[in-house]
Amino acid sequence: MMQSKLGLDFKKVEHARSLARNIAENVQSFVDSYTTVAVERTLCRLMGIDNVDDNQVPLPNVVVEELKGKGVLNQGVLFYLGNAMIQTGLSPQQIAEGVAAGKINLVQMEIADKKRIEEVLQPVINDSLKKIRTRRERRNEYLRTIGEGPKPYIYVIVATGNIYEDVVQAEAAARQGADIIAVIRTTGQSLLDYVPYGATTEGFGGTFATQENFRIMRAALDKVGEEVGRYIRLCNYCSGLCMPEIAIMGAFEGLDVMLNDALYGILFRDINMQRTLVDQYFSRIINGFAGVIINTGEDNYLTTADAVEAAHTVLASDIINEQLALLAGLPEEQMGLGHAFEMDPALENGFLYELAQAQMTREIFPKATLKYMPPTKFMTGNIFRGHIQDALFNMIGIWTHQGIQLLGMPTEAIHTPFMSDRYLSIENAKYIFSDMKNIGDEVEFKEGGIIRKRAALVLDNAVDLLGKINSEGLFNALEKGIFGDVKRPKNGGKGLEGVTQKGENYMNPFINLMKGAK
Amino acid sequence: MSGGLYSMAAKDFDKTLDLTKIKPYGDTMNDGKVQLSFTLPVTVGAEAIEAAKQLLKKMGFDNPLVVYYRELTPGYTFFNCYGNCTHTVDFTSIYVPKVESTVMDMHQVDDYIREHIGRKLVIIGASTGTDAHTVGIDAIMNMKGYAGHYGLERYEMIDAYNLGSQVPNEEFLAKAIELHADALLVSQTVTQKDVHIKNLTELVELMEAEGLRDKMLLICGGARISHELAKELGYDAGFGMNTYADDVASFVAEEVVKRMNKK
Repeated sequence: MMQSKLGLDFKKVEHARSLARNIAENVQSFVDSYTTVAVERTLCRLMGIDNVDDNQVPLPNVVVEELKGKGVLNQGVLFYLGNAMIQTGLSPQQIAEGVAAGKINLVQMEIADKKRIEEVLQPVINDSLKKIRTRRERRNEYLRTIGEGPKPYIYVIVATGNIYEDVVQAEAAARQGADIIAVIRTTGQSLLDYVPYGATTEGFGGTFATQENFRIMRAALDKVGEEVGRYIRLCNYCSGLCMPEIAIMGAFEGLDVMLNDALYGILFRDINMQRTLVDQYFSRIINGFAGVIINTGEDNYLTTADAVEAAHTVLASDIINEQLALLAGLPEEQMGLGHAFEMDPALENGFLYELAQAQMTREIFPKATLKYMPPTKFMTGNIFRGHIQDALFNMIGIWTHQGIQLLGMPTEAIHTPFMSDRYLSIENAKYIFSDMKNIGDEVEFKEGGIIRKRAALVLDNAVDLLGKINSEGLFNALEKGIFGDVKRPKNGGKGLEGVTQKGENYMNPFINLMKGAK
Repeated sequence: MSGGLYSMAAKDFDKTLDLTKIKPYGDTMNDGKVQLSFTLPVTVGAEAIEAAKQLLKKMGFDNPLVVYYRELTPGYTFFNCYGNCTHTVDFTSIYVPKVESTVMDMHQVDDYIREHIGRKLVIIGASTGTDAHTVGIDAIMNMKGYAGHYGLERYEMIDAYNLGSQVPNEEFLAKAIELHADALLVSQTVTQKDVHIKNLTELVELMEAEGLRDKMLLICGGARISHELAKELGYDAGFGMNTYADDVASFVAEEVVKRMNKK
């Protein structure tokens, strides 16, 4: 274990992890016996079903709604699709088109032997896995040949609403030094229970996540990456009501980073907790298999709760998220656990507390590609001070060896970034990352000083909180408003109607084939 | 360095303040100094700089200066510029509608409600429509408040309900009816393509259709919201930047009393 610069008590960290392990396993025992409409649509996509019907309804939705309407979704789409393949000799795509046209009734068919269904599915399953592996290999090939930027990776957003305009912005950002381009989704997409189809040019505060948009941006980033001699990662949002579906589209199209956090959806999008925890499990299995770095959204707790008082909720949630991710087979290196620089700038010694927390997070998750978030709550429209707040944040990022530095923009709270805003922010980060490159190797923290004491306090509070959550269970804890001062009922929120308990014929072989595999 | 920096030349303009003809102030009255930055969709070069200067002239700036430029990506050049504004504004003839209430602090509001209304006021708030941002409504409503101003949840004489974000207008109104709300607070953060206007208007129309518009105070807020815009859209008040829970609570309390007295 590395030498702690903070004098952290790693026995306490171990204890915290064991509590979180227990919390995560309790969640998992629930998750294992359920499926959702989003998981089933993901399986449709893994069977090669794509495109939309005459009313622009995606065919995966058509198939899943058909089964749900007939009350047999609990048996799962693979069972019915496999059976239909045997009975009709058609491909899954042709079957889905037949369902959409009202020509095929999946339920009123003779049912073949389950073993035969498994056999007929196997080649399609193999094709899908191969497609994802090829994508993953393509990324590795780029990393071997043109390489990547140093950590922290510089992460910026594009959010024009028009995928073609996003490409212009993304290319500019890559040339200026960005390592990760996140295409912000249009407002409200997280609450759509389907993924729109095709290239899109209209969005509010962001651009629709669609498979075609993924493809367009990936191709552009490959090109500009070759030009600048650095692999440029693409990030999107595997959160909301379509978590695993977005995950599989990203896996097919070579996305590299995905926001992927059920807790975030529960607290800040009021998504039903049962729904999203089941969705999250499968999405993380896919992300793990596809070599995608997940980002968690703990940073957001501090936009609703206070960053000084509630710092331990971030750490506690990071530890739970780590355990949930491990249960889904996601390697530690792919965990972009989130935390943030979010204290009131008026607070005396705020920088020291922020430094303590960032260093603490680094030491507790030594292998994780930590995602560090900039100040957002205290961006006021004073772009000049905002630029300095972002500079302080950048100092801590390089100092404490963060994995991903999500750059703040001076114009945050005013508009989605202009091309020039991104340039100014990247210049700010690159200047500081170079000027202070090895400061973390040079400076240690005084025993009994403000920084060490702060880290110890946050860790102690996180252990206490994990103890409480462990005795309550995560579902109850969320009902009581433990994170972000937000309370959510177990049976409330969006998407609960899409959850169903697995029936006796249910099958999802992808879980075992992909979990923890390469 | 060019154009005026360290210049000893006399500044030959009238340096007395005339409120009927105000212009920006740099370091000398009526110098008209403005700093601005923008990007032009052209390749970097002398022509790009000239284009920026001509644009500044057209915007009404004398002595246009490009102090920094940089090509952000091929075909897009960024400029930092200065210029002397030639336009003036008559400050004496300006009228801006404002929220007409005395701003009281939390304890004064509580006392005022106790004395003049004699029951708790019910206020519900949400970030409505597709808007996912809670930062605005939280700043006004959460116990902790924002920038040293406690939120409505901490007021003894206010029952505050924060419904969070992405609340559909219909649901918001249903909750208002259920709770017998005295006032509705709508927060709008996302304003791209004027999506907030559409959403805010929809709520007014919905309330009018239900015959509720006169029964509850309807208030909107957000960084891009002004009282003037709010009135235009049919709201009772709008609270923009640099307004806090005290401003909102004072307005609601006084307005409720005003309406009680009218009856």
